[in-house]
Amino acid sequence: MEAEYLVEMANDISNFFGSANEPAKASAEAASHMRRQWDPRMRRQIIEIWRSGTGHFTDVARGAVALLAAEKPATG
Amino acid sequence: MYAIDYHDLGTPPTGAAAMVELEIDGQSITVPEGTSVMRAAALAGTSVPKLCATDSLKAFGSCRLCLVEIEGRKGYPASCTTQVAAGMKVRTASDKLMQLRKGVIELYVSEHPLECAGCPADSHCELQDMAALHGVTESPFAADGRSAGHGFDELDAKPCAQDSSNPYFNFDPELCIVCSRCVRACDETQGTLALTIQGRGLASRVAASQNERFLDSECVSCGACVEACPTAALSEKTLLNKPHPTAAVTTTCAYCGVGCSLKAETHATEVIRMVPNRDGAANQGHACVKGRFAYGYATHKDRITKPMIRAKISDPWREVSWDEAIAHAASEFKRIQAKHGRYAVGGITSSRCTNEETWLVQKLIRAAFRNNNVDTCARVCHSPTGYGLKQTMGESAGTQAFTSVMQADVILLIGANPTEGHPVFASQLKRRLREGAGLVVIDPREIALVRTPHIEANYHLQLRPGTNVAVLNALAHVIVTEGITREDYVDQRCEHESYAAWKKFVAEPRNSPEETEAATGVAATILREAARLYGRAKNGAIYYGLGVTEHSQGSTTVMAIANLAMATGNLGREGVGVNPLRGQNNVQGSCDMGSFPHEYSGYRSVLDGKVRSSFEREWGVELEQEPGLRIPNMFEAALDGSFLGLYVQGEDIAQSDPNTQHVVASLTALECLVVQDIFMNETGKFAHVFLPGASFLEKDGTFTNAERRISRVRKVMEPLAGYGDWEATMMLSNALGYPMHYNHPSEIMDEIARLTPTFAGVTYDKIDRLGSLQWPCVDDASNGTPTMHVDEFVRGKGRFFVTEYIPTRERTNSRFPLLLTTGRILSQYNVGAQTRRTANVTWHSEDRVEIHPHDAETRGVVEGDWIGITSRAGETVLRATVTDRVQPGMIYTTFHFPESGANVVTTENSDWATNCPEYKVTAVQVVKVDKPLDWQVRYRVSRDARQPSKPHPTTTPA
Repeated sequence: MEAEYLVEMANDISNFFGSANEPAKASAEAASHMRRQWDPRMRRQIIEIWRSGTGHFTDVARGAVALLAAEKPATG
Repeated sequence: MYAIDYHDLGTPPTGAAAMVELEIDGQSITVPEGTSVMRAAALAGTSVPKLCATDSLKAFGSCRLCLVEIEGRKGYPASCTTQVAAGMKVRTASDKLMQLRKGVIELYVSEHPLECAGCPADSHCELQDMAALHGVTESPFAADGRSAGHGFDELDAKPCAQDSSNPYFNFDPELCIVCSRCVRACDETQGTLALTIQGRGLASRVAASQNERFLDSECVSCGACVEACPTAALSEKTLLNKPHPTAAVTTTCAYCGVGCSLKAETHATEVIRMVPNRDGAANQGHACVKGRFAYGYATHKDRITKPMIRAKISDPWREVSWDEAIAHAASEFKRIQAKHGRYAVGGITSSRCTNEETWLVQKLIRAAFRNNNVDTCARVCHSPTGYGLKQTMGESAGTQAFTSVMQADVILLIGANPTEGHPVFASQLKRRLREGAGLVVIDPREIALVRTPHIEANYHLQLRPGTNVAVLNALAHVIVTEGITREDYVDQRCEHESYAAWKKFVAEPRNSPEETEAATGVAATILREAARLYGRAKNGAIYYGLGVTEHSQGSTTVMAIANLAMATGNLGREGVGVNPLRGQNNVQGSCDMGSFPHEYSGYRSVLDGKVRSSFEREWGVELEQEPGLRIPNMFEAALDGSFLGLYVQGEDIAQSDPNTQHVVASLTALECLVVQDIFMNETGKFAHVFLPGASFLEKDGTFTNAERRISRVRKVMEPLAGYGDWEATMMLSNALGYPMHYNHPSEIMDEIARLTPTFAGVTYDKIDRLGSLQWPCVDDASNGTPTMHVDEFVRGKGRFFVTEYIPTRERTNSRFPLLLTTGRILSQYNVGAQTRRTANVTWHSEDRVEIHPHDAETRGVVEGDWIGITSRAGETVLRATVTDRVQPGMIYTTFHFPESGANVVTTENSDWATNCPEYKVTAVQVVKVDKPLDWQVRYRVSRDARQPSKPHPTTTPA
């Protein structure tokens, strides 16, 4: 999927949770949202973008993807 | 003429709890207080003669036919306007009454010919019945058998002309007895007030608007007047040229989310007319121009009745047998999965199909494809509703029954246009507004309810598109800072911590109406007054539509709405609530059925092992544990080569989804696209297999409307293509190697009920017995739940969310200085596949773009000009309507015709939580042009060549 599109989605999710929570909790909420709603290939790809350092992530989104990356890789 | 199988009781029920006992013709009967003598008699089994009375309208007392004798009272009171009293003794028949009534009928007949043979109402005419009952065959009051009557124009000294202007019904003044039932139906039932009685005495006659033709008048063609007419003065045209109906099948409308109960009246299985079911709980005996009249598409010649396949989308279609088409589709899906993995295919369920059909498609995806790549068209409309209401209150559905609006004191209407999109609910809403309920409209456009006969909104917050959250936060700011919150309610019913955080947030000065005014365009003083009106209402009810959900902050807006309702204590009883007005007939049902890639039926996560196990046990297969792709994600995955096969049932994603070029590129990339639909649609142009679908008249099943009401869909005619949609899905699943064997859709509902707690105990027997029922049904004994969250919220304590206003990234600039927003029109439905193939095009034969006079003038645009609309995504050309309904800086259009290309210009921006597209905000530029684009011209030529509509040659009545 288009990297910019995925990063925008992650940032939008993180902006919502970031407006109500301190950054660590916001990242955890955003990661949980992606974990519950995103197809594994989307999660894998956003982790790859994060690892490559090319995505323009917000701080909360970066934290969220880091949490996803620390999880056991999803199948599918 | 009301439904042929309906027994009319003369006057409406009172709804009173107190009972009164009286005696009618020596028979004792107990009825609710306030009941008319006429209705009491009817309930006792005695039909008092009548002409101006019908139980859908208030008693009028004009025909003087329903006279009765009451012991101890002088004279002969009209039974329709006389209320029962304890101990009253009524006599409905006597020689004197017979004599009086006969005289009245002779007067009527003097103005109305008793030449019944060939009359559209013959055998169903109430005057004919009354005349026969009283032995009247002619009138002594007319020298030539009858007088000139109400069909005679004294000025012109000739009979008044018939009015056949409406495509669906005729008005024949010669047959009119001026009973005023049509006028009262237009007032009381529909609420348009388009009809009146003009003139006096014998010169009095029914007139539409300023004595115009019906088609040229304010009439919205709902047909309530036609149904109310006791003669054939107003009559469906089908009764003129087709045999009279002899049977009626109760079914559910397949248009909007109101889900009107209808009676399909048939003759030898051909549908002659559609009449709203007066016992229908959702529609209370009313219908609109779509549901009542626009069903002819079901037998339109464009229906595709043979399966078709082709190797490449550039190849011509080849008609094949069902077996060959199914085998081909299955082998292609298997090939793709073998080569690219089991996640490379998926499917889309339809909100136009039944619960049972939707269930089978999601089951096929999960159990036969063995993944969760299933989504539904709710993705592009109300998915934020599901998310937002689940998060805040615990259930992804509206909280009330439609009738609840009759207890509301103040109605907050946000991003919805019910008179166009949900007309039958709008009639009920207007009834309540005429009774005096307050109304606040939050909409960038001046919708009809802002000011319409006998109704004027207290406040219209005409916000800039895309600023819903800012406006709702400002409303909450006023309610919180002025101490209008219901602290006792919140303390008992909601989370304390989240409430405190929300309260602190909305109270911040930056959320005040004064601070948000610059962004929203809503004057702070007006917004403050609107907030007070809603916040202080005894019963405040919120109704909203796609103007809330189809934004980048759609889910945030839904949560902001829930916050507001919880903070003001407006949940958990009649007259209040949060009420999403669902777009399609079964959008609630398709969501309930687990059409989402992350949720099973009843909105339960696929990550929940316990839930997943229950499905695995029932279905005998191990299920995928991870969420699948949503529709926009499928498009993206198709473009990157990881998604290659798609089964689409009853959904035209190529027309209805945003950024058409992007969708087309995605569909073109698929190796196997299977489309199941009743017509060749835009998506079908990219398909490799076309499976002919069945219309709602051709199958059994259930729909669930916006108030969670499960209603039966009943087969009226055999499927034109031989199979109902549920049967086609079953065949495909069997061919894929996952066996499905159901003999009837009722068996599918039994499975749904076994696996879905909110559908516990729902059976066809129960629905048949109750007429309909609203989920949740908590156990087998439950008869449903009209009002949700009564004692506590489904999630326990209501949860508040901080709803920061984050402007959309779709912003105006010098290149794209205007904002385009979209909506619907009454006569058309969604992408128009059905209504474009009916006479409803009489009212709306093309989509137009509304532009404010100021913006038009600066561009040299006048009414009717072609204007080019360009966005970052694409361009299209539409005709201009210059109107101040829209504010300067915005334009508006509908999307009912494929050649309009509304979605050619919309972008792929979407809601942060659900990916629901941001249809409502697109930055555009418009310029005057000479003609539409070449591809639009091709559409128009192709469509014009198909007109006029003729029945499909293979129509086979069941």
